[in-house]
Amino acid sequence: MLTEFGKILIFLILAIIFVALAFIVNRIIRPQKPTREKLMTYECGENPIGSPWIKFNVRFYVVALIFLLFDVEITLLIPWALVYREFGLYGFLVGFLFLFILILGMLYEWRKGDLDWVKPEVKPKDLKTVMKEFEEQYGKS
Amino acid sequence: MISDQLAEILGNKIIAYLITAAIPLFLFLVPYALYAVYAERKVSAFMQDRIGPNRVGPKGLLQTIADILKLIQKEDIIPKSADKPIFVMAPYVVFMGTFAAFAAIPFSSVFIGSNINLGVFYIMAVSSFSVIGILMAGWAGNNKYSLYGAMRSVAQIVSYEVPALLAIVSAVMVIGTLNLNEISEMQTARFWNWWIFGGPLQGIQKFLLIVPMLVAFVIFFVASLAEVNRTPFDIPEAESELVAGFHTEYTGMKFAIFFLAEYGNMFVVSAISTAIFFGGWQSPFGYLGNSFSIPLLVPIEQVFWFLFKSLSLVLVQMWLRWTLPRLRVDQLMAVCWKYLTPYAFVNLVLIGIISLI
Repeated sequence: MLTEFGKILIFLILAIIFVALAFIVNRIIRPQKPTREKLMTYECGENPIGSPWIKFNVRFYVVALIFLLFDVEITLLIPWALVYREFGLYGFLVGFLFLFILILGMLYEWRKGDLDWVKPEVKPKDLKTVMKEFEEQYGKS
Repeated sequence: MISDQLAEILGNKIIAYLITAAIPLFLFLVPYALYAVYAERKVSAFMQDRIGPNRVGPKGLLQTIADILKLIQKEDIIPKSADKPIFVMAPYVVFMGTFAAFAAIPFSSVFIGSNINLGVFYIMAVSSFSVIGILMAGWAGNNKYSLYGAMRSVAQIVSYEVPALLAIVSAVMVIGTLNLNEISEMQTARFWNWWIFGGPLQGIQKFLLIVPMLVAFVIFFVASLAEVNRTPFDIPEAESELVAGFHTEYTGMKFAIFFLAEYGNMFVVSAISTAIFFGGWQSPFGYLGNSFSIPLLVPIEQVFWFLFKSLSLVLVQMWLRWTLPRLRVDQLMAVCWKYLTPYAFVNLVLIGIISLI
């Protein structure tokens, strides 16, 4: 007996078969003449400099954390939304107590500035500091 | 259900369901992706006062078929410094995430891959499966552009899932079921029964629901644009700065699979909004098959209406792509967290109050 999720498994298997088949056909009829230039990492025609596998910007980590909180909370909301109309006012109050806490958390994040995408701040120097630095470096003119 | 009848004829359930799974893949997804690429090029051509592809076949109709033939013959290059197993696995994962969503899309009342009662939730969950594939592709390429593209793409898909899910939750509150087939069924064959026009409710409630439902649809549509990396949210593959985003290093058939998955995703999000807000497979003005008493015609009409509505939404996505410029990264995050999510919350509360009346 096949359950409904068993049918989904068949879909997944078919997807794998389809992609594998496409690759096999590709492998049969394609040419294969690798050269040093072809196998080089693409960097707009220049020789690649350094590895891209470095420490990445921490902003993406913050986004992932916020997402995790919200996504779990929304997943918890879905069963509530599903039976919402059967419970009337009671369901409303229970759900919105939860939502209220969720919104409170969001406001906290907003106030803390976690929702802002941190931009590098470039402040133009005013003329006086530029003159001062110049004098320090080269002496009075 | 067609799959059950097939199982009776063939006497083997597994083969019958394999055939049911193959129908949306070979009869729909592959031809659709080919002609969606063609349509995209033609739409862009019309909007920029060009002609577009017109050499291969009449009006250039065979252009993308020629393209795919070319892609099959292309050399498959895996860069030396790439992480080879992950590099090869990534297209599989991305395509699986896309095609798994097709399992729960109700093409017609008699044709749905898997009639699970969690439909909407399942599709939203499984379509974020391709995030893993995108990150794998970007990481394995060992290329700065693709890693940047993948990181941006993941941050964007993951953030925009919150408003999209909130919009869907607010719609589900009135609908009361997650089964896409049932959702389509309750929006009976008149267009004022679509959920975007308040659904099959009566009286003041229906009237009050029109605006919040419209807002929910708009929020979902904008968020879904971001989820499939379409302009104005296409910074993951911003051509002018990142070459091609996460699939910079991919060539030949692997590249083609990424393209197929991208166009498939466009259809999936349109299909969800069709099924929830625009009546699914229901015809807007009743069925010809019923009025001429040919019951066999009704399912075919349903397939037609479902595809017509979803492909119109896909066309709107293409239209938007060639109309709007792309957003900056900080603007993108601000739109998601500071505009869409609070609006979606307010909309949720509003719909909650209205459905109490």
